[in-house]
Amino acid sequence: MKSINNKKTGYFRSQVLPQIKRDRFLWLLILPGLLYFIIFCYVPMGGLVIAFKDYRPLKGIWGSNWVGLRYFAEFFSSPFFPRLMRNTVLISVYSLLWGFPVPILFALLLNELAAGPFKKVVQTVSYMPHFISVVVLVGMVQSFLSPYEGIVNQLITKLGGSAVNFLSESSWFRTIYVGSGIWQNFGYNSIIYLSAISAVDPQLYEAARIDGAKRIQIMTRVTFPCILPTAIIMLILNFGSIMNVGFEKINLLYSPAVYETADVISTYVYRRGILDSQFSFGTAVGLFNSVINLFLILVVNQISRKVSEVSLW
Amino acid sequence: MTKEKTRMKIREAVSDRIFYAAVIVIMVVCLTVTLYPFIYVLSMSLSDQGSVMRQEVWLLPKGLNFKSYVKVLSEPNIWTAYGNTLFYTIAGTLINVVLTVMMAYPLSRKRFFGKNVITFIVTLTMLFSGGMVPNFLLINSLHLYNTRWALLLPGAISVYNMILARTFFAGLPVSLNESAMIDGAGEGTILLKIVLPISKPILAVLALFYAVSHWNSYFNALLYVPRLELQPLQMYLVRLLVQNQQLMAEGGTDALELAMSAMQTKYATIIVVILPILCVYPFLQKYFVQGVMIGAIKE
Repeated sequence: MKSINNKKTGYFRSQVLPQIKRDRFLWLLILPGLLYFIIFCYVPMGGLVIAFKDYRPLKGIWGSNWVGLRYFAEFFSSPFFPRLMRNTVLISVYSLLWGFPVPILFALLLNELAAGPFKKVVQTVSYMPHFISVVVLVGMVQSFLSPYEGIVNQLITKLGGSAVNFLSESSWFRTIYVGSGIWQNFGYNSIIYLSAISAVDPQLYEAARIDGAKRIQIMTRVTFPCILPTAIIMLILNFGSIMNVGFEKINLLYSPAVYETADVISTYVYRRGILDSQFSFGTAVGLFNSVINLFLILVVNQISRKVSEVSLW
Repeated sequence: MTKEKTRMKIREAVSDRIFYAAVIVIMVVCLTVTLYPFIYVLSMSLSDQGSVMRQEVWLLPKGLNFKSYVKVLSEPNIWTAYGNTLFYTIAGTLINVVLTVMMAYPLSRKRFFGKNVITFIVTLTMLFSGGMVPNFLLINSLHLYNTRWALLLPGAISVYNMILARTFFAGLPVSLNESAMIDGAGEGTILLKIVLPISKPILAVLALFYAVSHWNSYFNALLYVPRLELQPLQMYLVRLLVQNQQLMAEGGTDALELAMSAMQTKYATIIVVILPILCVYPFLQKYFVQGVMIGAIKE
């Protein structure tokens, strides 16, 4: 036992220490960043332990009593559980279903435009909405859709219809969420496909042209297959985060009137965990969500590695 | 035979032309859909109240008037919020870029001992995190709650941007380092005098990504900084939205007029908030695109 220990310290002294010494400047450089990750990422992971405790701020994390899986059980048996799961999945799936093909189509069509000022303008303008904040986006959506003075309802009433209170009707929420998301991100998300298109071997185009292919055929039979691997990677990434619906936009866009279709796990965690200060319960719900996310991305990555030899790691 | 061929060629050219025309139409539609909301907001904010009340504004402003802007800008709170956002953006971006480079550079060196372990530790945080409540409790127990630090320190390094920088550094020619080493330059000198000067493109990309996210973020302020004097512009806008909704809820014709003017104020505020970004954006666009491209290479 002792000799093994000696061997280990011997290895440490002869192999590891000199390397650290040699790289001491690099270690010094990386130290603040490392500290950041430990304090702001790993300490909260340790804080997840309160999901299994009855956390009382006065008692502290370690002084609070263990309760095992009580909060998980409470969440799973709560009437909100099915609704939250349904909303979280559906909002993601709809976003993916409608939002994923748009940037690919846009990139393919944009690629058909002859280089020139028009193409540049289209590109610049289409990336623009990505750079405005969620708050501004929701502000615009709310104003445009508001029942009396919003432009959409002005148009509807002018055409003889009756105004719709879009933001108070749960049947409209997902459409609004997905639609505004596509508007904001289709251009920016197309950049990655445009860069994939620019990497296509020009000889392929030439060969296709000599064979008498029409432009639309070149697009669908040459360009599209060439960017397919990129598309698959993006799809994997998106599938992995299907239970990971962002809090920021929904929190601004929803109201109790539309909780039926709008309330997702992250917004629920915010209301119960932060606003109602039910720290342990909120942590348990959040942990449940994180574990599913992790599981999904691992599974999706594994599947895609087997099927298409494309994977994240 | 030759006639047949030329006819085929013409027919093909026609189908190509139709296709091209369709592409242009679709692109014009995309352009309109993207641009129209911005133009409408701008026009509404600049029109006089009468035209807005009569619902005459569809595209261009009717009866130019800057009343809403005067109203928005005479509100002292917006200036505080603007100042705060400027501070958070500048100080935050500085912290972000410095820390990101300090982390990415060692990880880009092939011979750096511990590279793999640290890369693993860092990328794991992309897949799993403590979540909202533990983060909130951490900020509280570090006594950062209701301080400016709560908007600067959390998220100080984005893993995505760090990988971006690392990829860039790793792509630099090794011979540069080696010849400098031979000339007796230390690691610090190499980083400051050789690596950073030729890394300006990636520094620009990092600074822009971070700066935009500081400018646009409201989440951390909502969670960690309820004190009004410390809140950024985006939180000011959040409060404005909520207030307007309360106005609308009162109902009646007078309320409609009130709501209309409130809406104009809202539009003017939106313009005031997004103007800086929209002004610099066209000039910086190529850096954003560059950033996405560098990120794509890694995959």
